[in-house]
Amino acid sequence: MTSCSVLFTSAEESMTAETAEMPAFFVDLNLDQIVNIITAAKEEYNLKPYFYTSLKKVNAIMYRHEVMRDLEKKMLFEKVETFARKMREMRAHLLRAKKLSYKHQRESWFLDAVELYCGAVQSLSADLDQEADLESRGLSALRDYVRRYVQSDAFTSLMAETRRLKHDLAQVQYCLLINYGSISVRRHDSETDYRAEVEATFEKFKQAAARDYSVKFSSSEEMNHVEAQVLDCVAELYPDVFLHLGAYCDSRTGYLDETIAIFDREIQLYVSYLEFIAGLKHKGLDFCYPRITDSGKEVYDSDGFDLALAHTLSVEGFQVVCNDFHLMGNERIIVVSGPNQGGKTTFARAFGQLHYLASLGCPVPGRKAQLFLFDRLFTHFEKAETVQNGRGRLQGDLLRFHEILSAATFRSIIIMNEIFSSTTLRDAMFLGKRIMGRIMDLDVLCVCVTFIDELSCLSEKTVSMVSTIVPEDPALRTYKLVRKPADGLAYALSIAEKYRLTSERLGERLQR
Amino acid sequence: MKAFLLYRDRDFSSERTSAPNETELAQDLHLNVLFDAMALGDKFILEVSRNVVLSRLRDSQAILYRQDIIKDCLKNSSVVREIYALALESLECERKLSWGIFSRYPSSILGGSISVLEAFVEILKRLRSLAEVHSSAFQSEGFRQFFRMLMTELSDSYIAVVKDHLKHLRFKGGVLISAELGKGSQGTRYVLRKPCNVKKGFIQRVFSKKQLVYTFHIPDRDESGAKALSELAFYLGCMNLHARLVEITAHVCFPVPAGLEVRMHTFTGLYDLCLALSEGRSVVENDLNADNRNLVVITGANQGGKSTFLRGIGVAQLMMQAGMFVGASRFCSNVCDGIFTHYKREEDVTMKSGKLDEELKRMSAIVDKVTPNSILLLNESFASTNEKEGSEVARQVLSALLDAGIKIFFVTHLHKFAQESYERQKKKAVFLRAGRKADGERTFKILEGEPLQTSFGEDLYRNIFGVDN
Repeated sequence: MTSCSVLFTSAEESMTAETAEMPAFFVDLNLDQIVNIITAAKEEYNLKPYFYTSLKKVNAIMYRHEVMRDLEKKMLFEKVETFARKMREMRAHLLRAKKLSYKHQRESWFLDAVELYCGAVQSLSADLDQEADLESRGLSALRDYVRRYVQSDAFTSLMAETRRLKHDLAQVQYCLLINYGSISVRRHDSETDYRAEVEATFEKFKQAAARDYSVKFSSSEEMNHVEAQVLDCVAELYPDVFLHLGAYCDSRTGYLDETIAIFDREIQLYVSYLEFIAGLKHKGLDFCYPRITDSGKEVYDSDGFDLALAHTLSVEGFQVVCNDFHLMGNERIIVVSGPNQGGKTTFARAFGQLHYLASLGCPVPGRKAQLFLFDRLFTHFEKAETVQNGRGRLQGDLLRFHEILSAATFRSIIIMNEIFSSTTLRDAMFLGKRIMGRIMDLDVLCVCVTFIDELSCLSEKTVSMVSTIVPEDPALRTYKLVRKPADGLAYALSIAEKYRLTSERLGERLQR
Repeated sequence: MKAFLLYRDRDFSSERTSAPNETELAQDLHLNVLFDAMALGDKFILEVSRNVVLSRLRDSQAILYRQDIIKDCLKNSSVVREIYALALESLECERKLSWGIFSRYPSSILGGSISVLEAFVEILKRLRSLAEVHSSAFQSEGFRQFFRMLMTELSDSYIAVVKDHLKHLRFKGGVLISAELGKGSQGTRYVLRKPCNVKKGFIQRVFSKKQLVYTFHIPDRDESGAKALSELAFYLGCMNLHARLVEITAHVCFPVPAGLEVRMHTFTGLYDLCLALSEGRSVVENDLNADNRNLVVITGANQGGKSTFLRGIGVAQLMMQAGMFVGASRFCSNVCDGIFTHYKREEDVTMKSGKLDEELKRMSAIVDKVTPNSILLLNESFASTNEKEGSEVARQVLSALLDAGIKIFFVTHLHKFAQESYERQKKKAVFLRAGRKADGERTFKILEGEPLQTSFGEDLYRNIFGVDN
């Protein structure tokens, strides 16, 4: 039986994903925060490597879109969740078995784990068979696989043996004779049920609602040594059953089908992402399946937003501001300028996030989007000065740009935030123009946040977008970015005012 | 026993309330490099040195008091190290006892406690004889007082009395030394008691007249016994640091502190001590004459050593006010009340603040804490906006702070700001520029000079990207 994957269209892709580490740009784009939130409750699946692996082919992304769309159907989503729950229960049983110290008890927990597994696979098979309208290649292939698997000798024999053992164990009955310090164990020998007799004798004393005097046994899963010894005696009384159980545990260690196990993990990428965005959708934010292009460079998104920020804001009950962008024709570079604290960096991050999430095959923030399938994504955000490496800040910036520009191809995306703030305006303009020139030569898609207006109108490749303020009150930011020429106003003083740092306010504050 | 090695008139308290800007200060000035060089891996020295350096002296006399002690230390390093070793040894004795207590037999606690006391007496004796032999080689007021204290407090007669008691206690089996388990099962509250009549019954004893004749406390490590040790630990740190600086041929001098109210800042051959330590060699030196000035504006070539210069000033000021030597050939400045740094930080991960917002928020926090006669080190502040508006914010913030009597060193590329201040207050401020040779090579020298429109970023571009065609 050939295996199948709901995440990958080639073995090569899935191999890379296994060893993937967090890409360098994750922190700059706050993707690390997003992935941490998404995977927080899913630690046992080790999903992060999947989130660290962007896909390189349009077809591979379409493959995921199909699965995601199928899963968005409520019925199927619930069925998958049921399967996942059973599998988690199975793993909990195995874990418990591993921790127990008494052999027979350990084996019984293992048996129950296998029973849970068989049940989970069977109902998954039945559930998928009911889904006549599966559109995704991934889930259809899985359905076929599971169908064949439940009919296979491997599975049917596993199931039969498990059932027989459960049945045999259910037949075991024994008696305990407890006499001071000693306990004798023997087979149950059709002794009569004394309860009925007793109850009958005392029936007359029973009044309407008798008080319940029964004592509850503490049913800790951990056996004490007396219970363990009793179980040992029982095993001697029923040697066949327990020998069989022992042999079963030895021979069935590899009962778990690899494809089923992989499916159980892989499907969680979709499940976790859909669960994450469900909360935001509920707040009225839009997500869409973007058109992915790997040839043309026209990209757009309407009503997009920064996913990490949206999460934080929605947790705190604030409104999320959405933004649009559209690069067409020869346009490649969005130059973002405008007021401080106006959402410029957020916009740049969102642009990066959108493209990255799209490369994972996920629905992205926005109503309608077309995005470019990049080969590599680069970010350049300012870093705090670190331990002396003999480099001034500007030199560090330039070296990093050199690295980026040497590694980037015409299929890359570059996001840069406040470049060259560490030199005079004249130098920054010189350097900015040079770097932008190289970026334009490469013809890459780029977002550049800057205070140097001149960079926004370098050529037909650049598009100027400006963060805006409420005209009547420049201290208020709208967080809306619009396409218009840069006007050289940053409204920095309104922030100084906010922190009481104008000379007038400072004069008052420092008069102590 | 009072050591008075850090202050003329009081003990050093390690329970210092840390200043709110310490973390920033340590990060921006790379102080951990300094502390590591002082500690050489000794956690105790590290902790004490950190505390002493960060709790600045504000009185010139107090600074000179320590300088003298350090000079003595450097002259008599082997004696000082010996005294420190003795102090360590006494702690070691105490530690051994706490292992004994694991047996939990009263007899071993008893015996163990007496052993500790006996060992202590031996150490005290050795300490005193060290004092006797070497005290004449020490000139500082601090050490002379310290040795005098040792000789009076640990006189022959006193030691004889203590020994006598211990002997007595050793022979009479009925002696009780009580001990309790303190934090980490370390013995604490050792109390030696004169034996009572063992034949009396329990009840009787409780009611009989108290026969406590003599009580002898060995102070906890955290109380005063370890204080002499902690005070010495700082000087050990200074000696370690000095030895390392000699090794890498980096010179030092003892600075001349001036009063809080005057404005002095003049030095020659100042270098960033932390840079020298981490590079393991002597580094570029600079001079400055900024007496009677409140503002020093540093502009000029990128990669020209401006940040290093600024750090050097901060580190030297801190070291001076700890009573230490500084990395310069000559250094004089007024003591300051507080030292504050305002450097760039990364994007705010909580996504609340844009860059300018974030840095102005920090600036406002500094304003809340700053006092007149403080020093403020600004490294490329107000650069997270356009040049025109950044310059305006800088102008407003700086003028108010200067009016309030705060001394400011400002590394900046805001040419508009620098040029305008140059024209307006040539007399009141010093304008420095990072040097560059005609061929673009950096000299790392910071010299007086008018601000320029360019910081020669082009040089770096050509170095890294090659020449454009």
